[in-house]
Amino acid sequence: MEGHNLMSSGLGQEILDLTFEHLYLVSLSMGIAAAVAVPVGILLTRRAFLQRWVLGFANVMQTVPSLALFGFLIPLPFLGGIGTHTAIVALALYALLPILRNTLTGILNVDPAVRESAIAMGMTGRQLLWEVELPLATRTILAGLRIATVTTIGTATIAAAIGGGGLGVFIFRGLASVDTTLLLAGAIPAALIAVAADRGLEWVEEKLSPV
Amino acid sequence: MSPLVSFRQVSARIGQKDILDNISLDVEVGETLVLLGRSGSGKTTALKMVNGLLLPSAGEVSIEGLSTTAWDLIRLRRRIGYVIQDTGLFPHFTVAANVGLVPRLEGWAVRDIEARVEYLLSQIGLPSAQFATRYPRELSGGQRQRVGVARALAADPPMLLMDEPFGALDPVTRVELQQQFLDLRHKLGKTALLVTHDVREALLLGTRIGVLHNGRLVFLGGRSEFLKAHEEEVRAFHTCLEEKWRDTI
Repeated sequence: MEGHNLMSSGLGQEILDLTFEHLYLVSLSMGIAAAVAVPVGILLTRRAFLQRWVLGFANVMQTVPSLALFGFLIPLPFLGGIGTHTAIVALALYALLPILRNTLTGILNVDPAVRESAIAMGMTGRQLLWEVELPLATRTILAGLRIATVTTIGTATIAAAIGGGGLGVFIFRGLASVDTTLLLAGAIPAALIAVAADRGLEWVEEKLSPV
Repeated sequence: MSPLVSFRQVSARIGQKDILDNISLDVEVGETLVLLGRSGSGKTTALKMVNGLLLPSAGEVSIEGLSTTAWDLIRLRRRIGYVIQDTGLFPHFTVAANVGLVPRLEGWAVRDIEARVEYLLSQIGLPSAQFATRYPRELSGGQRQRVGVARALAADPPMLLMDEPFGALDPVTRVELQQQFLDLRHKLGKTALLVTHDVREALLLGTRIGVLHNGRLVFLGGRSEFLKAHEEEVRAFHTCLEEKWRDTI
């Protein structure tokens, strides 16, 4: 066990490195997921007939077991292969649904009387979106981002299975060598990041929500 | 003078249902035309055709002589104030921002908007110093409705559309606001098209009354004609009136 002493600079440094790698995986995949899901969610509020198809796709993505999804991506050209970028694609696909669904719900739940009066007062479609719908949907959209982020922090530990790095490296190594210290070296920082992200995004939600 | 609003053989069909059936009427400058009818009579549909929220499936609605299908709808809507029962105030805007919305959309200078908001809030009895920075949730139902009226008047539109504007208020506040509406109308001389199911409100506020029943205009005339009319639907509304009104029939 001496070699795994957390005080030993080798392991400590590795925890730090892998934590940063984990954060990198999560933030990049979340950034991509949000950049795709929020605009698509907005589009779905304008094109109701697409809702079934797009939400269906996102739902299916969510139901594929995470380890299998990573595996499925490996043989794909461009998106797939072994390494970080495949992990990021898989994590982004997983994060799509909560953000997409909350963007859609947040906008559709805007009080119809408010929407109608905005139109009746002569707001353009763009003004309606930016001045009324998005501000009023902010809380719900951010809640979707929060759920997706916390889930992604956990799921990102599986990235190590396809060479994606992150704190999962410790977990897989710990599993292989039946070493609890290594398991904890991966699990504890991941849990702490998840709690911090949850609290932090909850704070942002409170601060940014207009009502 | 040509009418401000003109319905010519207007019908509206949603799915298989006729909501409006061959309606023709004019709203003259300066009058308050009240459309009276039961729920589902088509009165709100008729109102929404004036600012192009709905378009007729047959016939034509013209504003200032131009069909709503020919108007730039954004421009048209900014020229027509709109007040609804649920107020539709933006919950994330202050009272001042709500009232100043259309002037801002129209590109008024900030100072002009502020002056206009202050004037309108004083007109509706909500002093700017006390109310401008409040949010709708910090107001009573009656105060919210007043702000809704001020917002509709903000860009000084020639016409107001009002859909059951006082319907959600308690009786005392409703009477106060109806009185305030009469005062404002006297002072500002706006043309209004008001929709209600309350026959007393129609008689109090309307310079003319139109009665809609199952999508058809079954009566159109002044107050005294309304009280003397024998059409079945009008008589149904007569029975809702207290003795003091009925005595005049």
